[in-house]
Amino acid sequence: MSHDAQVYVRSQTEFEYIKQKRKKDMRNQVTSFAIMIFLTLIAFTAVAAGFSVYLIVPVILLLAAVQVVLQLYYFMHMSEENHQVAAFFLYSAVMLAFTFVLTFLTIVWWG
Amino acid sequence: MDFNKKYTPQTWPDHPEQVTLEGKNKFLGFWLFLGGETVLFASLFATYLALKNKGPSGMEFSTNTLFELPLVFVMTMILLTSSLTSVYAMYHMKNHNFRGMQTWLAITVLLGLAFLGLEIYEFNHYVHLGFTYGQSAFSSAFFTLVGTHGLHVVVGLVWIILLILRNAKRGFSLYNAPKYYTASLYWHFIDVVWVFIFTVVYLMGVVG
Amino acid sequence: MSSIAKKKGFGSTLWDYLTTVDHKKIAVMYLAAGGLFFVIGGIEAMLIRIQLAKPDNDFVSAGLFNEIITMHGTTMIFLAAMPILFGFMNAVMPLQIGARDVAFPFLNSLGFWLFLFGGIFLNLSWFMGGAPDAGWTSYASLSLASPGHGIDFYALGLQIAGAGTYIGGINFLVTIINMRAPGMTYMRMPLFTWTTFVASALILFAFPPLTVGIFFLILDRMFGANFFDHTMGGNTIIWEHLFWIFGHPEVYILILPAFGIFSEIFALFARKRLFGYSSMVFATVLIGFLGFMVWAHHMFTVGLGPTANAIFAVATMAIAVPTGMKIFNWLLTIWGGSIKVTTPMLYALAFIPSFVAGGVTGIMQAAAPLDYQLHDSYFIVAHFHYVIVGGVVLAILAAVHLYWPLMFNQMLSEKLGKWTFWFFFIGFHLTFFIQHFLGLMGMPRRVFTFGANQGWDLFNLISSIGAAFMAVGVVILVVNIIITVVKNVPVGNDPWEDGRTLEWAIPQPVPFYNFKQTPLVRGLDTFWIEKMEGNKEGMTYAEPLSDIHMPNGSIIPIVMTIGLFIGAFGALYNGEKDWAIPVLVLGLAITFGAMAVRSLKDDHGFHIHKEDLMNDEGGK
Repeated sequence: MSHDAQVYVRSQTEFEYIKQKRKKDMRNQVTSFAIMIFLTLIAFTAVAAGFSVYLIVPVILLLAAVQVVLQLYYFMHMSEENHQVAAFFLYSAVMLAFTFVLTFLTIVWWG
Repeated sequence: MDFNKKYTPQTWPDHPEQVTLEGKNKFLGFWLFLGGETVLFASLFATYLALKNKGPSGMEFSTNTLFELPLVFVMTMILLTSSLTSVYAMYHMKNHNFRGMQTWLAITVLLGLAFLGLEIYEFNHYVHLGFTYGQSAFSSAFFTLVGTHGLHVVVGLVWIILLILRNAKRGFSLYNAPKYYTASLYWHFIDVVWVFIFTVVYLMGVVG
Repeated sequence: MSSIAKKKGFGSTLWDYLTTVDHKKIAVMYLAAGGLFFVIGGIEAMLIRIQLAKPDNDFVSAGLFNEIITMHGTTMIFLAAMPILFGFMNAVMPLQIGARDVAFPFLNSLGFWLFLFGGIFLNLSWFMGGAPDAGWTSYASLSLASPGHGIDFYALGLQIAGAGTYIGGINFLVTIINMRAPGMTYMRMPLFTWTTFVASALILFAFPPLTVGIFFLILDRMFGANFFDHTMGGNTIIWEHLFWIFGHPEVYILILPAFGIFSEIFALFARKRLFGYSSMVFATVLIGFLGFMVWAHHMFTVGLGPTANAIFAVATMAIAVPTGMKIFNWLLTIWGGSIKVTTPMLYALAFIPSFVAGGVTGIMQAAAPLDYQLHDSYFIVAHFHYVIVGGVVLAILAAVHLYWPLMFNQMLSEKLGKWTFWFFFIGFHLTFFIQHFLGLMGMPRRVFTFGANQGWDLFNLISSIGAAFMAVGVVILVVNIIITVVKNVPVGNDPWEDGRTLEWAIPQPVPFYNFKQTPLVRGLDTFWIEKMEGNKEGMTYAEPLSDIHMPNGSIIPIVMTIGLFIGAFGALYNGEKDWAIPVLVLGLAITFGAMAVRSLKDDHGFHIHKEDLMNDEGGK
């Protein structure tokens, strides 16, 4: 409960190490960005190419899901520790979101 | 505790946004808020899907004739890139490089503004075609879903601009680090929602 | 700055309450405002029962009757029950987990003011052209067709009040997750804290759909959208889904804290540890989860198809299992206990059979085929009043008596409390039990009168007499409160003598920083453990005495709220008056301006210094 932050002075080696580590993390971020761009390109190309609807729709939905996972886990750091509670609530929200969309697609009485 | 205490790259903590209790609370509270936002957008998406292409009898508008993919593609690329630039900003925050962070955030803002400009152009274009807000249930649902996202972009932009200006001369502190961090989370979340908008609204709309 | 409070004049006390971010003061304001709305809702209920006391009555007109039932439901749910429970959550939960305040004191204050001004806005409709009249559910086809501004007041008022509730929910969640005292693990949290936690999670996920639904209604009615207008391709069922996606969890948002309050009472007055603590926690979480998966049981007769109806029927019946677990746990807590029948305990004992009756009729309606018979009849009215009055209102009344000494350092009269109980309890069963039969005899709900030849005269009269009993009970409670406040006899901490949890260990009146030193929690019912080991202070401390960081008060929350309040009038008269859009813009400008000020002006709070703390004999 203490409000005071302990100041910790890193040694030079520690400092160099952590800088290297951050750099590597950043490189991973750029890689995941490249993947996202690539997935987006596939999605748009698939639609532009005019494949069958039954092929395109599941594929682009899957691509969107993969992209969002990359955003959440890398860009928004959900892969780091300290995110258990956040993840729990977010997954609950995703589950509800799925339920809402499902019901609105099936039982709004359009017949 | 002194919130304005100055740190050096050597002493700057690993997770400056989560050092103070206030920071921890903000961090968690913001994630919970994003959970609520997820449900909010789910309701909008669900409604859009239920009302897609529904209108008064003989309505001339439908998703596969209305949307133009090239514009949407450009908007998507811009917003995705802005997500990366805000990652860079957070990278510099961790390294205690204040100018680096401010610069990357400024780039994020510029990209966000470009996105917003294109969205306004798009809406304006539709309205000129006669696809106005009250034209049909479909138009209401479309403008409300995409417009709510656009409103989030506006809020995010104002937020980040205020942060950049307010702290321009102050540098990092444990007081503003959580603010920067949550703002960047918000910006990523806007991108997450857009991924579903371009997939579900535009791509699936063009497919039919 | 000196951090210890002094005696103040009226002006500065008022300013203090307008700017406070102290969870205990906000709790008092929630209780007062919620209590006021409870009385208003109660008066509306009395008007309903007077109108229905005899056949072909013309006490109120049909139109006014619709307004009264709508406002009765809306007021009781949104402006009375929930805020009063929020009051107790604010007052008790931080103390139970050993926190000095909630996670976001500023937002706590903002949440309260939003609720209050939303409620005032809604009730202004009475004086500004008529109240909403489409029922508290405000089904879209009906509410779109409603003339005048009643529905607009409903939509805008609930939007403002709902935002306050949503903020409160996030605040409680973060408080419970991040600010528990050392040793207060999740499985040592008192049940009231647990139920607050789950109810807040429900608020987090249930209020956004309501927000969306109400926005659709606002956009349809005031800004030319077509979500619900079928001639333009809209669909009225969307409103029903969004409303009940919110509406069903809302029932659990109300009843779970009530369960928490009763769990505290049973353990306290049976002087026994709560039976089956971990199964109670499990049941609470399970109810919270299932509560989200059953909303369509309000829509069985819409025609969603047999598959959907079957799924939602089964899910609904499943909720009876965790609820049943709770009932048996409470019974086994009392079993073999050394029971003290105080006023709160009386309410708790009465709650079990009353609530079980409401639950059983709930299971009846969960059977979709039978629901076709019962739907929109007085049977439904009887059912939900049995769960809400028999569960939530009994819990609120019990908690008023139980926590009054904690909040005000005074004891309500036990004698008058028991009078209140008996009048209310007998009146409640008299009013609502007979309504089951009215429903089975075919009386539809929401009718403003009935004919003399329909055979419903006697039962309706009995029901109205019961309502008068309840009113007498509430009047006695008000008298009791007035007498107690005027007498103002301090009672000190642990006035019930058998307090088990941390909130009873704090010296009275509770210092504004709550805990001089953060306590160390050594088990479930931590105060009880300390007492059994003969610790006179009632607490073991986790830290040495040191400076305490506290948040500053702020006037900004109320300014932000007033901005929205003004803006709402602009939205209301959009397209009708020239000044509408400027007023809307002005209101939003005030709100966002205040937000900007909050964001730009640093607010670091202040410290109470160790020396001041040592001199502060707070509580003695």
